[in-house]
Amino acid sequence: MERREFIKKTGPAVALAAVTGTTGFVFHNREIARRSAVVTKTADFEIPHDPALPILASATNSNPVAALHAALDGIGGIGRFVHAGETVVIKPNVGWDRTPAQGANTSPVLVSEMVRFCLAAGAAQVTVTDVSCNDPRRSFLRSGIREAGEAAGARVVLPSPEDFVEVDLGGVVLTRWPVLRHFIEADRLINMPVVKQHSLTRCTVGMKNLYGILGGRRNRLHQEIDQSIVDLATFVRPTLTVVDATRVMVRSGPQGGSLDDISIEDTVICSTDQVAADARAVEFLGLGGRQVGHISLAARSGLGSLDYRNAGYREVAS
Amino acid sequence: MTVHAVRNLRRASQVVFFLVFFWLVLKTTFEVDFNPSELSEIRLPYPVSIALEFDPLVGLVTLLASGTLYKGLLWSLAVLIPTIFLGRFFCGWVCPLGSLNHWISGIRSERRSRRGKKLLESNRYKKYQRIKYYVFFFCLGAALFGSLQAGLLDPLPLLARSIGTAVLPALHSAGLAVASFATGTGIAPIGAVGQGLYDLLSVTLLPFRQAHFHGIVLISLVFVTILVLNRVFTRFWCRGICPLGAMLGIFSRFAIFGLHKDDKACNECNRCLLACQGADNPNVGSQWRQSECHLCLNCQAACPEGALAFKFFPNKVSTKTNPAGTSRVDASRRKLVASFIGGLTAVPLFRAGDTHEAKRSPFVVRPPGSLPEDDFLGRCIRCGQCMRVCPNNALHPTLLESGLEGLWTPFLIAKIGYCEPTCTLCGQVCPTGAISELTLSQKVGDEETPPNRIGTAFLDRGRCLPWAMATPCIVCEEWCPTSPKAIYLREEIAVDRQGNEVSVARPHVDPALCTGCGACEYACPVYDRKAIYVTSVGESRSETNQILLERQRT
Repeated sequence: MERREFIKKTGPAVALAAVTGTTGFVFHNREIARRSAVVTKTADFEIPHDPALPILASATNSNPVAALHAALDGIGGIGRFVHAGETVVIKPNVGWDRTPAQGANTSPVLVSEMVRFCLAAGAAQVTVTDVSCNDPRRSFLRSGIREAGEAAGARVVLPSPEDFVEVDLGGVVLTRWPVLRHFIEADRLINMPVVKQHSLTRCTVGMKNLYGILGGRRNRLHQEIDQSIVDLATFVRPTLTVVDATRVMVRSGPQGGSLDDISIEDTVICSTDQVAADARAVEFLGLGGRQVGHISLAARSGLGSLDYRNAGYREVAS
Repeated sequence: MTVHAVRNLRRASQVVFFLVFFWLVLKTTFEVDFNPSELSEIRLPYPVSIALEFDPLVGLVTLLASGTLYKGLLWSLAVLIPTIFLGRFFCGWVCPLGSLNHWISGIRSERRSRRGKKLLESNRYKKYQRIKYYVFFFCLGAALFGSLQAGLLDPLPLLARSIGTAVLPALHSAGLAVASFATGTGIAPIGAVGQGLYDLLSVTLLPFRQAHFHGIVLISLVFVTILVLNRVFTRFWCRGICPLGAMLGIFSRFAIFGLHKDDKACNECNRCLLACQGADNPNVGSQWRQSECHLCLNCQAACPEGALAFKFFPNKVSTKTNPAGTSRVDASRRKLVASFIGGLTAVPLFRAGDTHEAKRSPFVVRPPGSLPEDDFLGRCIRCGQCMRVCPNNALHPTLLESGLEGLWTPFLIAKIGYCEPTCTLCGQVCPTGAISELTLSQKVGDEETPPNRIGTAFLDRGRCLPWAMATPCIVCEEWCPTSPKAIYLREEIAVDRQGNEVSVARPHVDPALCTGCGACEYACPVYDRKAIYVTSVGESRSETNQILLERQRT
């Protein structure tokens, strides 16, 4: 065989062998390609403290809308929290497939009124969303919140798997966790919890409600629940916490299911201090903030004041 | 109207019925923007299973097995009675699986084997076409003894099941994979195109969230095989296997409509045979078979000499060169009887097996409102509508969990999804009443009626965090939807590794309150094998599968 012929006949095989070999060596021992990046971000939506105004206002009225008006006025009015052109995300509790009367979710009447407040204050967009425990379609529908939010002019978002971003929350137990992106993309966050008994944390109010910004397998968090709630409340600082204590679930929380589990309190609490809001609200469950692990831990961590009566408290009679 | 116009009408009819069928399966879901009139009781706005109710085979076998024609199944007469006069128009004009087979058969192949003489030969009537009658009689035999095997091969449940549990979920994951790959390339335009494609799929075809179904590889394989066989024989499934086609063929026995052949006009060009869908011998010189003809009208339209015409009261006089058509089914009576007996004997055989009563898998938790197991197997056509509509993706097709007899019947896999207490959608969409329609108070219970129970939860204390690891966790109790909760906590003293006494709240199940919904199992953080799990014992539908003596049953 001539040299030329030999090269011609072996050339393609040699070339393919070279490419194969090179590929193997180039990709040898690389990191596995990852498609999702981790976002490092804070979610601090707080406004500066105003010593002239109380940190917490509570109003009682059999008409929940009137109670909300009174409490919000008592703490300085919506203009203090939402400014023209801002985007607002409202986080009610839409955890469960329950009707408004069963009190497992935030009252749709309060949610729609809050949406109207924000829009009246000039908000560019108001989003209402939550990461439900039960199927979100059923939870948003049966809680009445989808309809109430949309009727008031909000964008009601039912989270889909693509809406979550991996965020480094920087907590003690909560580190990397999927967060619903709407909660970190807005300018203002209004937390609208409902007051319920819970057998591990004793209560579900404002800070526990923030679980609903997380995706993933959050049921693992119960093993260190107090610290993980405080981690979350450290990461997310809502502009305003509006506690719906109109129908308080005193037993069988956090789902209830029976009207016997409900105590009618007709109260709405507005607060710029998450810890104070929770400490005030647990009184409806016959508890004090100090008796609740995550509330006292939050106070010790400097997130707010347990002793809300001395820190600026206004009870609004209406 | 010319025959060409009528043929175009048939083509339009196939497209319309296929789209309607597909649309109904697509709508068998709980949509995000759906507004029911009542918050407490959610009902679907469309009768999404209506296509299945037009299926005469479903009507016949459920009638044989259970003695009643359930709800909307009376609609099946709208197909069956015209068939008695006209023949198998359903196969050629309506059946969505038939149309799919028709279209796939028609795709031009690069292989030459199915053109010209070979195609012509393959379109002559063949003996394998008898198989469908034996399949049909087998199904009848089984149904008479209370077991519904027809649903496995009946084209309408088969197609609903294949689209609902295999095609659409696979499309969903394919769309996600494309979008994820496209964005993963890091090249913005490619990412945008991939994401755009997925968004387009999302708004048109995909449900609210990706569904996952147990063991759908087998369902997909059957479906793909049926479609691929069209490449070997035109409409092989319709000609050879389909039990509904067989039933309609038998009901065409006294049809007054048929093919009239004019042997004087015919010049034996055989174009009719080339275009034939049913392999029913449309050509002059062979005996036309009413029971095989789909009335697609291709032969008449293909005939250049005008020798063929479908008409009422066709000529039934044979001549030497042109035998008259027959409406007799070409299947031996002996073999039909044998198939029927085969179906009859299969049922005792199935039920003598250990998977039926003695050792049924404890994890076969049936949907809420299901009939007792024997009646359930006599009703369920395995159409998969309940699985598709379930908002929590809780219902799945069985493989062998309920025996070979129960292949592809629905069962709950709580690890994937639990039964939503206030949801009654599966009973609403069930076309045969295997899952009966429950009202909200029948489902959750009220003062008079106990709730519908599908099983009972049990703790695995060797895996449960508070029990086995002295670690706090009350997630099952948190998720328990009954009020008062069936799962209750008791503070107990555990000793940790260092010997310290620690107080932990440990969950307990009260079987008198548990409905077996599986929310606890779903929520349990011990992911791979849950520390709390549901089995079927205590289900309302069964008299015997009970634990508590005093537990009230619905």
